[in-house]
Amino acid sequence: MLDSAQTAERVTEILDRHRGMEGALLPILHAIQEDFGHIPQDALPIIARDLNLSRAEVHGVMSFYHDFRENPTGNHVLKLCRAEACKAMGADDLAAHARRELGIDWHETTRDGKVTLEPVFCLGLCACGPAAMVDGKLVGRVDAAKLSQIVGGLK
Amino acid sequence: MKVWLPLDSAAVALGADEIAEAIQSLAAQRGVDLTLVRNGSRGMVWLEPLAEVETPQGRMAFGPMTPEDVPALFGDLAAHPKALGRTEDLPWLKAQTRLTFARVGLTDPLSLQDYTAHGGLEGLKRALGMTPAEVVAEVTESGLRGRGGAGFPTGIKWKTVSEAKADRKYIVCNADEGDSATFADRMLMEGDPLTLIEGMAIAGLACGATKGFVYIRSEYPVAIRIMQEAVAVAQRAGILGTSVLGHGPAFDIEIRVGAGAYVCGEETSLLNSLEGKRGIVRAKPPLPALEGFLGKPTVVNNVISLASAPVIMAKGASHYKGFGLGRSRGTIPLQIAGNVRYGGLYEIAFGLTLDQIVNDIGGGTASGRPVKAVQVGGPLGAYFPASLFDTPFGYEEFAGKDGLIGHAGLTVFDDSADMLEMARFAMEFCAIESCGKCTPCRIGAVRGVETVDRIARGDSAAIPLLTDLCNTMKSGSLCALGGFTPYPVMSALTHFPDDFARAKEAAE
Repeated sequence: MLDSAQTAERVTEILDRHRGMEGALLPILHAIQEDFGHIPQDALPIIARDLNLSRAEVHGVMSFYHDFRENPTGNHVLKLCRAEACKAMGADDLAAHARRELGIDWHETTRDGKVTLEPVFCLGLCACGPAAMVDGKLVGRVDAAKLSQIVGGLK
Repeated sequence: MKVWLPLDSAAVALGADEIAEAIQSLAAQRGVDLTLVRNGSRGMVWLEPLAEVETPQGRMAFGPMTPEDVPALFGDLAAHPKALGRTEDLPWLKAQTRLTFARVGLTDPLSLQDYTAHGGLEGLKRALGMTPAEVVAEVTESGLRGRGGAGFPTGIKWKTVSEAKADRKYIVCNADEGDSATFADRMLMEGDPLTLIEGMAIAGLACGATKGFVYIRSEYPVAIRIMQEAVAVAQRAGILGTSVLGHGPAFDIEIRVGAGAYVCGEETSLLNSLEGKRGIVRAKPPLPALEGFLGKPTVVNNVISLASAPVIMAKGASHYKGFGLGRSRGTIPLQIAGNVRYGGLYEIAFGLTLDQIVNDIGGGTASGRPVKAVQVGGPLGAYFPASLFDTPFGYEEFAGKDGLIGHAGLTVFDDSADMLEMARFAMEFCAIESCGKCTPCRIGAVRGVETVDRIARGDSAAIPLLTDLCNTMKSGSLCALGGFTPYPVMSALTHFPDDFARAKEAAE
């Protein structure tokens, strides 16, 4: 666990990197999430003070966007596309298979902390669906067997 | 030996990186002098990963490649099990009119030398010799309309910004391509990023803007990386910076990354997001062209609109305008997706019928079952049944059939699709992604899901309620998210009533 002094130091360093940028809050939140894996609550007042915003405003921005998370994910993040083009190729059945196999629902993490399952609405792989993203790696034409293989490889 | 293998996301998702590794290691093993270029995709997604080998006869295509097919690339190419012949002779590619996508797949996306050798920068150079008003007039004359979906004349938007008086103006490229079935922006940014940069520089000259932003969705990691590298290439070459190409005014570009909010594809929501705020939609007026980013005059254009400016400037408005149908001028990159045999990107003049696109070009469904419906224009577009397949592809033509072409994505569904479930999904998606500012969208979408569920349980009295709700959302919402969600819902209900006629006993 990081203590708040360490958090403050790293957040301040990130804020310094974004000085002078027009509308810097999203790039700052992205940078913090990349560094910490999530956005620690301790970071919000520091950002707010620096950008002359209220803590509520920073929280409001952070909570508006699906990407920003308050808590760390599991060791691996599996994103499955739920959008129309992938649905036309059986994404719903695939998602049901994934939830069964992992024993979790959307936005949940397996009990052993290995895998977090997230829905995504379109990865731009609409002519080779169903599509998935595993720890940032794109996968097309995913079927139940391929998914089991991917999940098996993560454990 | 020179080999091309796409770096495009779709190719990568189908194993292109593994093929690249296999080619490189085999070349090293056999002592072959290899030049491997990671290019954009030619758009034939069913053939990805598509490798091309340079020969005296031209570039020969091989695909879809598997690691097992790699060794044969080093032998007799004609005998290769995946040999497709010369790439440029492939019928799917040959029948297209590639104006905006002319270089995609052909060149190394980050090679300025390749770019200029294939006509790059000609448009910008011509624009530098003209007055801003002349550039605006040329784009207006071309008939180019916003390719993001709204179809607003690009030249008129530029004119408004150009004539506005302000100390700073901005060019914002909307690369928040969130609609399912659309990937043209992604392919363009990954395959020919310098075209977008050139287009933005032309827009900057025309409007007197000195700063541009490309707002790319976070779901596009490859496009983000390539665009960042391309901006660096353009800055080093003096295309961007304190003076465009050394004798123009200043113009520079910054890449920004979205954070997973679909509504940020709406221009005012995007501007708020760019300013570091919640992606809440703004009421219009004021138009972004007068009060946009940080309250300054701002052009907000889709990737394809901006990337079409270079070819319009290079070849002239009349060349571009010469293609198309009615008030839909030029070409449109069709994105054929979903349950389709030959899916991918197909750039062609406006005017093909839906039947030609889905059955002739797309080859029908991937599953081999009959086509039931095609959703045109993404999650906010209408479902078209086979009986409307004679509709020609154009803005007004689709509007006349209670639909829209949107960003020109088409999702094909076979007869196993349940249209009630698709209508429910449209409402569910709207509820998840609503920015929350206006009531018809925020509350209406939630009530919409509940109402569709009632119909699913066999309560046919809920059908008029759903129709009424859709009317409220359509006319009462602030932006296209709430305003257009009724398109998929009502088209599903109108064209596929059988899917909504659930018997009570069967459902219970």
